[in-house]
Amino acid sequence: MSLNVKERRNKGGTVLVATGEINSETSGQLLQSLLPLVREGRPLRIDLTAVTYVSSAGLRTLLVVYREAQHAGVAVTLYGVSEEVRFVMSATGFLDFFETGEAAAAQSKAKSTPKTAVAR
Amino acid sequence: MSEARSEQVLRVDAYPTHEVGGYRVRAGKPFPFGANVVPGGVSFSVFSDQASSMTLVIFKRGESEPMAELEFPEEFRTGSVFAMTVFGLDHENIEYGYRADGPYDPVSGHRFDARQVLSDPYARLISGRDVWGVEPDRSRGYQYRSRVCLQDFDWGDDTPLRLPAEDLVVYETHVRGFTRHPSSQVTAPGTFAGLREKIPYLKELGVNCIELLPVFEFDESDNMRSNPETGEHLFDYWGYNTVSFFAPKAGYAATGRYGMQGDEFRTLIKDLHAAGIEVILDVVFNHTAEGNEQGPTISFKGLDNATYYMLTPEGYYFNFSGTGNTVNCNHPVVRNFVLDCLRHWVADYHIDGFRFDLAAILGRALDGTPLPNPPLLELLAFDPVLRHTKLIAEAWDAGGLYEVGNFPAYGRWAEWNGKYRDTVRSFLKGDPGVTGELATRIAGSPDLYSTRGTSASVNFITAHDGFTLADLVSYNDKHNEANGEGNNDGGNDNASWNCGAEGPTDDPEINRLRTRQMKNALAILMTSQGIPMLLSGDEVARTQQGNNNTYCQDNELSWFDWSQVDENAELLRFTREMIAFRGRHRELRSTSHPTGQVRESLGLPDISWHGERAWQPDWSAESRLLAVARCGTGDDDVVYVAMNSHWEAHDLELPALPHGRSWHLFADTGAEAPHDIRTPGGEPELENAGKYLIGPRSVVILVGRTPDPEL
Repeated sequence: MSLNVKERRNKGGTVLVATGEINSETSGQLLQSLLPLVREGRPLRIDLTAVTYVSSAGLRTLLVVYREAQHAGVAVTLYGVSEEVRFVMSATGFLDFFETGEAAAAQSKAKSTPKTAVAR
Repeated sequence: MSEARSEQVLRVDAYPTHEVGGYRVRAGKPFPFGANVVPGGVSFSVFSDQASSMTLVIFKRGESEPMAELEFPEEFRTGSVFAMTVFGLDHENIEYGYRADGPYDPVSGHRFDARQVLSDPYARLISGRDVWGVEPDRSRGYQYRSRVCLQDFDWGDDTPLRLPAEDLVVYETHVRGFTRHPSSQVTAPGTFAGLREKIPYLKELGVNCIELLPVFEFDESDNMRSNPETGEHLFDYWGYNTVSFFAPKAGYAATGRYGMQGDEFRTLIKDLHAAGIEVILDVVFNHTAEGNEQGPTISFKGLDNATYYMLTPEGYYFNFSGTGNTVNCNHPVVRNFVLDCLRHWVADYHIDGFRFDLAAILGRALDGTPLPNPPLLELLAFDPVLRHTKLIAEAWDAGGLYEVGNFPAYGRWAEWNGKYRDTVRSFLKGDPGVTGELATRIAGSPDLYSTRGTSASVNFITAHDGFTLADLVSYNDKHNEANGEGNNDGGNDNASWNCGAEGPTDDPEINRLRTRQMKNALAILMTSQGIPMLLSGDEVARTQQGNNNTYCQDNELSWFDWSQVDENAELLRFTREMIAFRGRHRELRSTSHPTGQVRESLGLPDISWHGERAWQPDWSAESRLLAVARCGTGDDDVVYVAMNSHWEAHDLELPALPHGRSWHLFADTGAEAPHDIRTPGGEPELENAGKYLIGPRSVVILVGRTPDPEL
């Protein structure tokens, strides 16, 4: 299954809407789309509402994006994570690197360091 | 652009040099063995001493027929290692194996069969048994399918914890059994993720180390027996039948169906470490799932049978393990395999220690004779990566070798102390003539470990193999009918006592006595020198209905029933407080054996023995009462433990304490809850300073300290 990626820019930042599966075949493409956006330095939201499956390689890609964003001082938020994807991310520890929307909002007041976040 | 991506190095070996079977390839690196992702491709490396040719077989994930069969060109062989890098593979979506061609000559030890696709012994991920209990499609030629994976888990700051061995309280449990019961209320019952949700329970209990029954990939469906009464198919629930030594069991992971068992297990370990809990793996290097001449060919048998197995001069399998074959552990190649495997679990999974199943086999020579200086055990003891890893031997095997007390230790190896178990059980049931040996065992078995210290002794009364604690006090005999072997399996030497009725009873007297006996066992275990090990569920009186060999019982006989946490809250509280008490009193955890030397600070010996009269222990054959006082250094409390396995009460004369100190009551198993035990530090002072009446079959624990001015 393939992956479609659409960018949308608004005042607060950039939204990347992904549709399909993030696996070893598609994660390269996702990374290609995301890295330039990270480098732009604007807050980035990744909308995963229409993503049905994230494989091991896909999870690693998201973590790489997190590390790149951390390095660049950019806030990345994951949105619309399905129940199943959320469970897999939780069981394998990847979710630990991201925070829920509410927590991220609280964090941003407390700390200046940007965090990635997950929101439903 | 961050460091990671800007430093992509141009490598000459990232380009193919040959073409085999339509794939671009080049000679691979012989080391490390296994399948490793390299720039542009995957490097495959496999050893076989006698193979005349080797073929890499690649499958699209899940498909029965291979997508490619690539024979290793002769020039890709270094020594006896076949190594090849294949370019352009989607490593996440392939499975691979090998066909090894060579002589079929069982008398010479060779069993090559190029028709078979073999698992890679170094595979770090295995598919084929992805979800526990799903009946496999046995018509497929290749069952246990090697997969390629990245080892790039983000551990953060985590490392193995390196807790001092003497401070450990080990909790032996089963990944599936711990949370499979519906009462567990976890998101993914029976998995690594489920166990992770129960970390708060472990923390509250106070254990700081969990020892997991085998987690290397095994095939639960390889047991052919059924329950004779219900007809229910029996699984190989325990898993002492390894299929693949580098791969975590997929069926233990909620994400096993996605091939993410490695990350799920690592996440569990990381979180256990964050809670201050170490992880010890029960590892089975004495035999494999390939069985004997009749057994399946999975990997070793077809790759290099004569190297990996101990064979008789006629080419049959030695059976020191009682399961069909015996791994040739002291062959130089196999030694390195075991070392590579353990290094992998320490370096890539942050494992804190290993318990070696039937470890006496690891000290046998190639022909089976016991070695005085076994190279494998020495190698593991001194290896740089394993240097601070706990190494624990089950120091016997099924071939009659019993090495408790003289397992070759190199200053490093600890042992499951089977003699501790036997002695304490015998004392508890009221056998005569045991007090002398009991004293030796609770003092850390100096007769066995005089040069090795007390932490060479892993003390336990119950373990997965045998009765649970509740069954130890509820059954005189094993009841293994459900295993389908006519009650002939499992040990008969249980040293158990049912307290007056076999199995469950409504008799309140008997039930009260059973609870007391369980508390007695826990009190003795937690106040003994050596490393205590608790069997999971004993703290809540888990029963297996008298079955002392539940290796095949993947059901409520084995599973931890979480409703017992409330129902047996009294015993759970007792266990918690005993563990906390051990943590508070370092003299109970002293690494050196007591000598009887008088501590200058308090004028009392480090250890002293008492009977009904202070300073007068009764070592006679009919004695069933023993008291021990331990005195630490400096301001440490004095801890007095009286153990009475007699059916009558006795008046105890207590040893006098130095000025300013008095006896305080921590535990009396003869008292009704909540007066059976106190919170450590909150013990009330004894009213009658010099005396205490110990009830029938009871343990009393006193603390000699300065009175709390507020009380």
